[in-house]
Amino acid sequence: MAKVPTPAELLPGLSYEPPEKGWMDVKPDFRPGTYCNPASPKWMEWINYPYPAARSVPDDEWALPQDWKEIVLQGMDDRLKRFRSLKLFFDICVRCGACADKCHFFLGTGDPKNMPVLRAELLRSVYRRYFKTIGRVLSEIAGARDLTEDVIKEWFFYLYQCTICRRCSLFCPYGIDMAEMTLLGRELLASVGLNIDWAMASVAQCYDKGSHIGAPPQAFKDMVDFLAEENERVTGITTTPSYNRKGAEVLFVMPSGDYFADPGTFTMMGYLLLFEHIGLDYTLSTYAAEGGNFGWFISHEMGKRLNAKIYAEAKRLGVKWILGGECGHMWRVCNQYMSTWWGPVDFLEKPVSPITGTRFENATVHKMVHISEFTADLIHHGKLNLDPQRNAHIKLTFHDSCNTARGMGILEEPRYIINNVLPEGNFVEMPPNTIREKAFCCGSSSGINANENMELRMQGGFPRANAVRFVHEKYGVNHLGCICALDRATLPTLLEYWVPEVGITGISELVGNALIFPDEIERTTDLRDRDLVGFGELAEEAGEEEE
Amino acid sequence: MANVEFKGKTFTVDEDGFLENLDQWNTEWVEYVKDSEGIAELNDEHWKVINMLQDYYKKNGIAPMVRILSKVTGFKLKHIYELFPSGPGKGACKMAGLAKPTGCV
Repeated sequence: MAKVPTPAELLPGLSYEPPEKGWMDVKPDFRPGTYCNPASPKWMEWINYPYPAARSVPDDEWALPQDWKEIVLQGMDDRLKRFRSLKLFFDICVRCGACADKCHFFLGTGDPKNMPVLRAELLRSVYRRYFKTIGRVLSEIAGARDLTEDVIKEWFFYLYQCTICRRCSLFCPYGIDMAEMTLLGRELLASVGLNIDWAMASVAQCYDKGSHIGAPPQAFKDMVDFLAEENERVTGITTTPSYNRKGAEVLFVMPSGDYFADPGTFTMMGYLLLFEHIGLDYTLSTYAAEGGNFGWFISHEMGKRLNAKIYAEAKRLGVKWILGGECGHMWRVCNQYMSTWWGPVDFLEKPVSPITGTRFENATVHKMVHISEFTADLIHHGKLNLDPQRNAHIKLTFHDSCNTARGMGILEEPRYIINNVLPEGNFVEMPPNTIREKAFCCGSSSGINANENMELRMQGGFPRANAVRFVHEKYGVNHLGCICALDRATLPTLLEYWVPEVGITGISELVGNALIFPDEIERTTDLRDRDLVGFGELAEEAGEEEE
Repeated sequence: MANVEFKGKTFTVDEDGFLENLDQWNTEWVEYVKDSEGIAELNDEHWKVINMLQDYYKKNGIAPMVRILSKVTGFKLKHIYELFPSGPGKGACKMAGLAKPTGCV
């Protein structure tokens, strides 16, 4: 693995000066640390993906199939016919540049091809050359170029330097959706055997074993049972998750990061405590044990293949509706694709909270409710007994996850929860240009959270981390909250690099900390065994404040 | 994928240097990773971690979550980092011959 430069080494190298040559004449600089490894043939064979081969980026030959050019052009033709949006996005861009400085990868690398307008042009130039008369005739004068192996390599580099976060689309006067173009471009790459290993390994594991982390059913149960025991140790409360239980009212689906990797595991403990607190009739599934969907990072088709398990299991178990955990891209898929993929979900009921009676009208079609909507509703109706002082050691700011914020408008719910589980004054916002629908991406989403890609990840996450640093220095923020498992996986690495004083927490973890149970043991620590204010090492500190 | 030769043994490893197949694991592999990890001498605590990882993997098909590793061995995370400077995943799991975890991790 390439050595990652330190922040002090990285920043001086950042320049927004464009190269002297025109963009078509500049080839990508495949520097170790700034790209992901191509997928191992093993994973592609597992899921029957085309043209598996051992590939290495530094090699001249990328083992493309002999007729790769025909395959790509035919694929583009098919997609232009299937997705009118793609044709529209190719045709209507006027190169106004409103998107140019909105991309975290452009801000973090200074590479002009990370301006969304130019990233799209990498694909658009080929479209113009083969599908538009003006491009066929005038070629480069009309912004058209031949499809060559160098172009394919350039796509591989830059389409995996886009986290499909859609921040650029928010600022585009035409609403051109870069994420959709990136995804379709990645499909074209996949059609000739080019995928990235980190995403493909996760996809293959999920397809074969049930979750991105590759946990078979017994491992899933072992881990969740362990977290339930941990809950009992810290709070004295027995949380009793059930597995594959037919007839439960609700199926709960969470991202696998939450039951495997810290700090997500504390969020999982929070879910279990919350459900125990309200006596929810729910079950977990060892089959639908993954809410996330790395398949969607590779192709719509693979996204659909991985997504199938959620409805299949809801139907088999006979639940009424589905509750989903704190995951980002899971919600873009569930909210925007799922009902299109599977048609009317007539085997489920319109979600109604059994505790408050609230009908989740927004989930009428796909029948899935987000944990933040569900929890905020419980708090709003006074159904949770909360002690915000148990989070007094946490000074929080909130990172809106791209897919839940920009993708489905979950902006207020997490903030409402935060304000109810934290003492007044312990929550501060980052600058307005970096939150809510304008949130900066974590910089490592969409399957590129691989180790070998670390320099690029630290560059792409710089705008996010910079805003965190601002509130850390100004207000003493020590935690960054989020409702996404990819965030919980990638932000600790990012902040360790740029703002090591700030840790990461899920919002349901904070809920778990604050919940008061009638028969609990005396609470002296939070779920992470850290002293609460007034106890242990923090006893003295609280005393000083009182004076 | 690449092959590594060490003390007369051949190992197939992935791009991150993890063993492709646990069946290839042996004491030579441990010695090989020990050197690349910069560990001077292996003691009983290293072996306690390696054995626990392998037992869990054989039973559950995946490396244990770090908190389970910590609880079963009785070693705090900080101590695991003292034993394996690259950490429980990149250091200990690699030495134990386990595949690296994927996804949101």
